[in-house]
Amino acid sequence: MSDLRLDTVSFAYGGKSRETLILDRVSLSIASGQFVAVLGQSGSGKTSLLNLAAGFETPTAGTVSIDGRIASGPSADRAVVFQDDALFVWLNARDNVALPLQLKGIAAPERRRRADALLASVGLAGDGDKSIWTLSGGMRQRVGIARALAAEPKFLLMDEPLGALDAMTRERMQELLLQVWHTSRTGALLITHSVEEALFLATEIIVLAPQPGRIVLRTGVAFGARFLAGEPARRLRSEPGFILARETLLAAIHGEATAVAA
Amino acid sequence: MTAVEPTVILSKPKRPPRLRLELRPFVPFGVATAVVTGIVILWHVASSSGWVSPVFLPTPERVVQSFFALMVRGYVGSTLFEHAETSLWRVLSALFFATLFAVPAGLIVATSPVGRGMLDPVIEFLRPLPPLAYLPLVIIWFGIGEPAKVLVIALSMIAPIAISTATGVRSATDSQINAARAFGASRLQVLRHVLLPTALPSILTGIRIALGAGWTTLVAAELVAAARGLGYMMQSAAQFLVTDIVIVGILVIAALSFAFEAILRIIERVFVPWSGHR
Repeated sequence: MSDLRLDTVSFAYGGKSRETLILDRVSLSIASGQFVAVLGQSGSGKTSLLNLAAGFETPTAGTVSIDGRIASGPSADRAVVFQDDALFVWLNARDNVALPLQLKGIAAPERRRRADALLASVGLAGDGDKSIWTLSGGMRQRVGIARALAAEPKFLLMDEPLGALDAMTRERMQELLLQVWHTSRTGALLITHSVEEALFLATEIIVLAPQPGRIVLRTGVAFGARFLAGEPARRLRSEPGFILARETLLAAIHGEATAVAA
Repeated sequence: MTAVEPTVILSKPKRPPRLRLELRPFVPFGVATAVVTGIVILWHVASSSGWVSPVFLPTPERVVQSFFALMVRGYVGSTLFEHAETSLWRVLSALFFATLFAVPAGLIVATSPVGRGMLDPVIEFLRPLPPLAYLPLVIIWFGIGEPAKVLVIALSMIAPIAISTATGVRSATDSQINAARAFGASRLQVLRHVLLPTALPSILTGIRIALGAGWTTLVAAELVAAARGLGYMMQSAAQFLVTDIVIVGILVIAALSFAFEAILRIIERVFVPWSGHR
């Protein structure tokens, strides 16, 4: 069991002078096997939150820690999936997935074997030799997810990973993401605009209010667990409980926070 | 019958296409061939009919003759091949040294604020300067030997390569750099695995631009106390109004630059097939 913890983290551009406060005393923790989704309008500091959790940015106040130890800067125990997929276009799909292993100093045949296995786990078996620019948006994100998992991270941090995909691909990718996360037993943090995506995937949902970003709502959810237990996705998504939760979250996002039936 | 009417309106008779589609790609090539042929014919007529004095414009046939004479007997002590070889060698060694300096310089400018402060003034100082402006100074400092010529040509190549490298490095996205950092990559590994491959297509473009500048500078560098080289050959010929050799020199330099361009395009296709893709 590992635990990634943000403790009363504030973040401002302009350093100590705090010209623009982006996040105001945000606390959250992600344990292995947990899936935390962060919702909020544009400008609520969602991406800053992820950048802090990943170690790309340093908090102005508060701490980011992993298993009780302060984490400064990025490290291989937290992998990131980006909205723009951030793939390396000069490498083929397999070498993209193998790059984290290469940086760890793992030998080429072993890298290749593990990269192919990871590609297969995201449904891209046999696509290893393909050039990145020949892949569709959905396939590229799959490569990005496989690459993130390659370093065997304890935490999977995702910044709108499905945001650029069409609606149909997006639903299929959500199911894939759930399965991959479940098998990898990592702790996941998902930044998203989509309330339905958060409801379907997360075990816990956090809603941020904008300017400055602060937590206005936390709630536990279990639709993803039920999908993994075998319930059909469409039935879950059209269930009254799902729709009610969706409306409640939407109200919270738009600043009409009321008591939530979780 | 009324139901058919819209179809009739929509399928208004089209004029048949004037050229069949398969021929389209060959149109520019055909036009180019026609233009070149036209120029050569005009040249021939102008020089052989006496409109223009043969001293200023020898006939195309005369130029071809000189070309072969240059290959066999040579001019001012060397054959055409030897002149071309010397010039080629100068341009290529200049390219080698310029790349050796300019690619790291571009990487440093794009990645380190201190390095940028140190190197940007040098690059920005060199960039707009015509090579002929610093040629006299280089000669005072380094003499009239081979190193001075290579140096002048290299100086003219540094700015384009360094600037293209820096631009290429900056085209790496934040998320690509962050992705590598999240895999535990060190600064040096980010450079090696992300920034350098991202910059590679730009570096090749920079080299292409630099070669253009290099050929320009070559002729200038060979004006001063050279004993061999295409620029020297042309300059010597010009002093005695041997216009046909000057024209041969121009055509040979054009052919060489064209060959370089073609080789670089092949290198680009083979080594950076991702160029232009994201």
